[in-house]
Amino acid sequence: MFDWFAKIGRSSIDFFARFGREMILFIQTVIGFASLIPRPGLIIAQMYSVGVRSMLIILVSGFFVGMVLGLQGYNTLVDFGAEESLGVVVALSLVRELGPVVTALLYAGRAGSALMAEIGLMKATEQLSGLEMMAVNPVNRILAPRLLAGIISMPLLVAMFSAVGVFGGYLVGVDMLGVDSGAYWSQMQAKVDYNDDIVNGVIKSFAFGIVTTWIAVYEGYSCIPTSEGVSRATTRTVVYSALTVLGLDFLLTALMLD
Amino acid sequence: MSTTRAIEISVGIFVAAGIAALLILAVNVSNVSTFHSGSQYTVKANFDNISGLKERSAVTIAGVTVGRVKLIEVDPVTFEAVVHMNIEGKYNEIPVDSSAGIYTAGLLGEKYVGIEPGGAPDFLKENSEIRLTQSSIVLEKLISQFLFNQSNSDDKKEK
Repeated sequence: MFDWFAKIGRSSIDFFARFGREMILFIQTVIGFASLIPRPGLIIAQMYSVGVRSMLIILVSGFFVGMVLGLQGYNTLVDFGAEESLGVVVALSLVRELGPVVTALLYAGRAGSALMAEIGLMKATEQLSGLEMMAVNPVNRILAPRLLAGIISMPLLVAMFSAVGVFGGYLVGVDMLGVDSGAYWSQMQAKVDYNDDIVNGVIKSFAFGIVTTWIAVYEGYSCIPTSEGVSRATTRTVVYSALTVLGLDFLLTALMLD
Repeated sequence: MSTTRAIEISVGIFVAAGIAALLILAVNVSNVSTFHSGSQYTVKANFDNISGLKERSAVTIAGVTVGRVKLIEVDPVTFEAVVHMNIEGKYNEIPVDSSAGIYTAGLLGEKYVGIEPGGAPDFLKENSEIRLTQSSIVLEKLISQFLFNQSNSDDKKEK
């Protein structure tokens, strides 16, 4: 009987302890951003591995997602004689939802897992302890530049995804299916609002950048330093990132649409 | 040294491409220029029924958008809808006896406010009111009226 209560108590204490450790580390990492000011090279190197090397997959997927939206949107809209609104459909779905969410999911798979595995292996091969021995703070040196690079890169990647997607939709809608080119752009410009749609998409992408990069960095930093531990933490990184992004997206959308 | 430089260049291209994409989204996809464009003034108009007019709907003269609906509320005494409209400052010579009506773009399109200019020598200013208004046409009322008339005329024929 009491064993059962003890079990609940232990798991909730564990949960809050883990949560607290994670928050403390997060705050330490954010404070560590200050130590990067004299060393921008660290951020640039990380932006290369996190942002530049994710660019190709983001551009290609954005293009295909835009083309699929163009095809699907056209087939539905043409029944109502409203195919001129194709631009609105493509742009709004990309800017508000698909851009931030799909980019974050791809980013979690492409860059998040790599970040996690890198930090996890640093821990397994005791490079992190080595840094501490040399009086270099691994939080400032390893975690902070990676987190900051992720936060900067994500909105840029999302903007590229959405912009390329809009052109993909244009290619299918206007060049293939014969929607009027002027109507595609003018309806889009009339219906897409800068503050309500574009800025909200950018806010979302910042939030997803923080969440996905942080999960990857934290899982790497806190993983069990064995080959099995690293492999499990990699799986957790991708699964947690995907779930958090989708859940957070619902929350943010609900807040923004109120 | 050369690899560092290559990395720096590629990160630079990445950031520039990202910012360019944001600019494309801001300028080409949403139309940022029509939003905050300098000075504007507010006028109001009372309507019996605005059915379907929303905040941020267009205000037009001769079909050209000259402003946006800012706020819609109900007058607590007369129970009329009070529509506050922001009109761009450069259209500052709209006569005070102009009339405003609520129209629909196309059969199922959005509602918008159309202003028909009058001929008075005075112009609308901040907080002035458009007195001549024409309410939005509610399709259900129109149909019921038509059916009512129809049955009346049928009755007359039978007699």
